[in-house]
Amino acid sequence: MKDIHIEVKNLWKIFGKNPNQVFKESNINRSKSEIQSELNLITALRDVSFSVEKGETFVVMGLSGSGKSTLVRCLTRLIDPTSGNILIDDDDITQFNENSLREFRRSKIAMVFQQFGLLPHRNVIDNVSFGLEIRGLQKDSRYAIAEEMLDLVGLTGWGESKVDELSGGMQQRVGIARALAVNPEIMLMDEPFSGLDPLIRRQMRRELTSLQQEIHKTMVFITHDLDEAVSVGDKIAIMRDGEIIQLGTPLEIISNPADDSVAEFTEGISRSRLDELQAVGG
Amino acid sequence: MNYKLWEDNWLKSMKLNKNSSTILGIVSLLLILIANSYLIHFLKLDFFTDFPVDISRHLEKKIDGSIEWTVVNYGWFFDYISDNLKYLLGKMRNFLVWVPWPITMIAIFLLAWKIASYKVGIMCVIGLMLLAIVNLWEPTMVTVAIMIVAVLISIILGIPLGVLGSKNQIADTIMRPILDAMQTMPSFVYLVPGIMLFGLGNVAAILATVLYAIPPCIRLTNLGIRQVDESVVEAGKSFGSNNLQLLLKIQIPMAIPTIMAGINQTVMMALAMSTIAAMVGAGGLGTEVLRAMGQLREGEAVIAGFAIVILAIIIDRISQGYIDKKTL
Repeated sequence: MKDIHIEVKNLWKIFGKNPNQVFKESNINRSKSEIQSELNLITALRDVSFSVEKGETFVVMGLSGSGKSTLVRCLTRLIDPTSGNILIDDDDITQFNENSLREFRRSKIAMVFQQFGLLPHRNVIDNVSFGLEIRGLQKDSRYAIAEEMLDLVGLTGWGESKVDELSGGMQQRVGIARALAVNPEIMLMDEPFSGLDPLIRRQMRRELTSLQQEIHKTMVFITHDLDEAVSVGDKIAIMRDGEIIQLGTPLEIISNPADDSVAEFTEGISRSRLDELQAVGG
Repeated sequence: MNYKLWEDNWLKSMKLNKNSSTILGIVSLLLILIANSYLIHFLKLDFFTDFPVDISRHLEKKIDGSIEWTVVNYGWFFDYISDNLKYLLGKMRNFLVWVPWPITMIAIFLLAWKIASYKVGIMCVIGLMLLAIVNLWEPTMVTVAIMIVAVLISIILGIPLGVLGSKNQIADTIMRPILDAMQTMPSFVYLVPGIMLFGLGNVAAILATVLYAIPPCIRLTNLGIRQVDESVVEAGKSFGSNNLQLLLKIQIPMAIPTIMAGINQTVMMALAMSTIAAMVGAGGLGTEVLRAMGQLREGEAVIAGFAIVILAIIIDRISQGYIDKKTL
């Protein structure tokens, strides 16, 4: 029996006024587009449940508008879910008040953003140590940790540079270093490499996989790219219209797509890749 | 049915001749009104030449009464403000006048060099020389003192109000129309509340200047904070920032260029108002212009007017240089 780190139970997120009317018996089985046109509400997440084990990389994959970004924001309550529970280390974070939520964000979880979300008025090292600064660490100790993190992501010696002098790939390394600096148990990666050039993207992906073998964080990784999902993920959840339509290991998903739309995704994956996976899995 | 048909036809014909017929209508209406005006004067109809009701006396008495009541009951409050402002302004003015002119020029040169460029520094020194050789050094320093005090007060009040407006929708909804009204009012009107509460003098001048100069500071602080990139704010929240940390470590630093643009406008408006405030007895360059004009000494008035322009250019170049450097 493995350790369950994150458990999401029946999570719903509905945007709009009076979202609870969706839960009425007459509405609950309506489709996303019906709810949108008749109730003027947007169903971003629909009855999403899954669990993530400790040290596992859980990939959520879907096209834009499938609710994957909303899902990852719910996990740190940047967006409050409409209903459902999120258990992290057996604490239900949907029940947290402001103080315990802040404490939770400071100590347990860190996020990497698609648009990097770096502070342009600060240099690299002050960006990396931002989370530690928020926790109230003294300058010396937070710089020491930040230097270590810069080494880890391959940015040794770049501490004094301005953020906007760096290339996109390097900026995202700063974003990853910033997240790692607070030594979180869980890393949330919201399409971290989507804004980068394809070549850099592949390189960053490889680096992340090898980094993960060193640090063994529980990771929730959002992407719209199946190739990326297959190469970083231990498990993949495929989302459409706010629902998880298939959940399984990369091999399961490629060899046995749940429906035509999933099959369309997997078509792009090369045959050799499948053999590779089968060799590892078998 | 018949009526409907008629109406459609009528509308169609109106549409075809709409422009020419409306112009014709307005012109004939105006002619009729003018003819009526002649008629009224010809017939000496007093009722129509002087408005039959006049409540100004009554209203003035009411206002006088309420001001008197305010001053009697809350006089200590206005005295307190007045005393402190007078003290602060006095200190500032005495200091600026006390500093020998070469020292001031060197200080301004270094300031302009540091925050803009050495070219701006040289230009500022030339400008100050011009002010000095026409014997307007002291009034210039008085105007600068009023301006500095007013700008400091505007910033101390304006930035927190701007932050409040950016954070709180209700505060923003209340402030927005007030600021709109403040920015459409002619500068002259601002002198009224100052005289009402503090009488003639420098304190009234400072109040008028603050009221006139504060809106851009509030507005652009509000705007600057609202414009901060949402993804950066989100990142800040995701690391567990509380609201104060979010404000001081992310939102205000990232809004600085916009806030500085607001302060630049505040400074320029404060300069404009501190010269107009000569009307309520503030000293400085405005008073020189006013006095010279009153005594029909045109030459003096023109020189003092140019001095104001030179001062405005100096101040604008320095603060604009700061903004350019920050945003580039």
